[in-house]
Amino acid sequence: MNQDASAVAAEPSFGTGAAGLKRRHGKERVVGAVLLAFSAVSILTTLGIVAVLLFESPAFFAEVSPLAFLTGTKWTPLFQDQSFGVLPLLVGSLVIAGGAALVALPLGLLAAIYLAEYARNGVRRVLKPVLEILAGVPTVVYGYFALTFVTPILKGIWPGMDTYNALSAALVMGVMIIPMVSSLSEDAMSAVPRSLREGAYALGATKFEVATRTVLPAALSGIVASFILAVSRAIGETMIVTIAAGATANLTLNPLRSVQTMTAYIAQTATGEAPHGSVEYRTIFAVGLTLFAITLLMNLVSAMVLRRYREAYE
Amino acid sequence: MSGRDPRSDAPGARSPATQVDGAAGPHPAAQRDPNQFAPRLVGRRRWGVAFQVICLVATLVGVVVLALLLVDIIMDGAGRLSLAFLDNFPSRFADRSGVKPALWGSAWALLLTVVIAFPLGVGTAIWLEEYAPDNRFTRLVETNIANLAGVPSIVYGILGLALFVRAMAMGRTLLAAGATLALLILPVIVVASQEALKAVPGSIRLGAYALGATRWEAVRYHVFPLALPGILTGTILALSRAVGETAPVIMVGALAFMSYVPDHPLDDGFTVLPFQLYSWVAKPGADFQELAAATGIVLLVLLLVMNGGAIYLRNKFTGER
Repeated sequence: MNQDASAVAAEPSFGTGAAGLKRRHGKERVVGAVLLAFSAVSILTTLGIVAVLLFESPAFFAEVSPLAFLTGTKWTPLFQDQSFGVLPLLVGSLVIAGGAALVALPLGLLAAIYLAEYARNGVRRVLKPVLEILAGVPTVVYGYFALTFVTPILKGIWPGMDTYNALSAALVMGVMIIPMVSSLSEDAMSAVPRSLREGAYALGATKFEVATRTVLPAALSGIVASFILAVSRAIGETMIVTIAAGATANLTLNPLRSVQTMTAYIAQTATGEAPHGSVEYRTIFAVGLTLFAITLLMNLVSAMVLRRYREAYE
Repeated sequence: MSGRDPRSDAPGARSPATQVDGAAGPHPAAQRDPNQFAPRLVGRRRWGVAFQVICLVATLVGVVVLALLLVDIIMDGAGRLSLAFLDNFPSRFADRSGVKPALWGSAWALLLTVVIAFPLGVGTAIWLEEYAPDNRFTRLVETNIANLAGVPSIVYGILGLALFVRAMAMGRTLLAAGATLALLILPVIVVASQEALKAVPGSIRLGAYALGATRWEAVRYHVFPLALPGILTGTILALSRAVGETAPVIMVGALAFMSYVPDHPLDDGFTVLPFQLYSWVAKPGADFQELAAATGIVLLVLLLVMNGGAIYLRNKFTGER
């Protein structure tokens, strides 16, 4: 259907006769099919992830009961005395993500309020990109920063703390996810129509009251969605925790201790030489499945909050 | 844009509050009776100013940490930077170590990633914006892309390990790494390209159709060239994410000590800059920490160049339009 491919490539030759039209419409169909095939790749990626996790995990759960996996309090698959309770990893992930949230949610929200309600245009044009650079710094660089800069400072305050500890990783990760909270929340607040602000001013509200009692509630769905996304991102982050939080799967809520997250365990096991097909190797997929399920759930909830509770104007 | 700026409405909006101030100020009785209207304007305004300062400080925390991070890494690593550092292989001896294989590995990985991800991502975006009927499948693709963007990068690494390294038997190669990173940034490229295509006015398409163009001809010769700067900007930003990713390449099996530069994408063994950084951070000793910092500087400079290119492209073409 494409006899003169070279001529087409050189310059557009728009045949308008019957043969030309036929050729062009044939090409149209081919292009449509190719583009559709490209679009299918993203679906295949999701299916691939789910398939890989579900295909490798049953072999693991044949050896370790799901109940023992989910409720066990000891995680030592790489030791002689193997134990497969995922709780230490899960709690490790949650402690660090929780700590990061304590840093990022208030700071990110206040930054969003500043950028959306207070900052002059010129100031915002500078501050916004600078904050977004924070999201562009490679996480491995954050890991280096946490271990070599933040941890020594924290050790000055708590001399007894572990060199690899949850606190340092959580603080740095909190800074890393500030831009997620601030930029999404700012978008939500900027989308609140001006008439609402003016109505509040007309009733005698001060600027602070307009920002916190009118704009904030109106943008709440976007803000909550950004919170959930940021925490989900913190749970899925690997390098900061691998470098700064250590590789000891302690079941503890003490941020001064070393903990291991799900992501850090996966990375550690992949760098080690767990033989292909061994139960150690399969833990990667069981833990990966847990991680994937948690982050997917959070992302879906975030999207649902955004859709369901959006205050629609106009 | 100006309509969104809350500043622009401040003068007009503030005047009613000032009137209340004048009317309610001189009544001392109003302050005692809780049922009486008590505007307490002085206190509220003072708190308002304090809150503004708090917000500004919160915004600056991120900026300050960014500055500290850059200063820290430059102080630690600048002493190790030299041409020899860029041209040496990693070694047991810190003084003779360098990032040559990592630099080449990152360049290779970038090339492979863009070759795979660019056509797939732009094709998907064109299909979604220009071709797709509004049906279930289209909505499924769009929802799916939104969800893929939230999948942790290490999960992509698991996919790469099981699919590319094992099932497709690529082994621990640059091709496996490039393919994994390509899938990772695919959603970013799709979304950026969709935005760029959406920004092309519909009249351009209608004009092309009116002259007898088929759909593909309208896209290929009219819509796509106009959207290209936006697509390229988005692609470069996505690539700068790929070049800084460590977790997926850990999973695919990057090596800490490469003593050669891979000749081709299927050559066994590879490393990239962020992984080299990680493997040095993990080693004890101040020497290796300095090497890690120096690698970080190289990585950040590379990212700076890429982002600078993206900003240049955007400014150049938005100016011309």
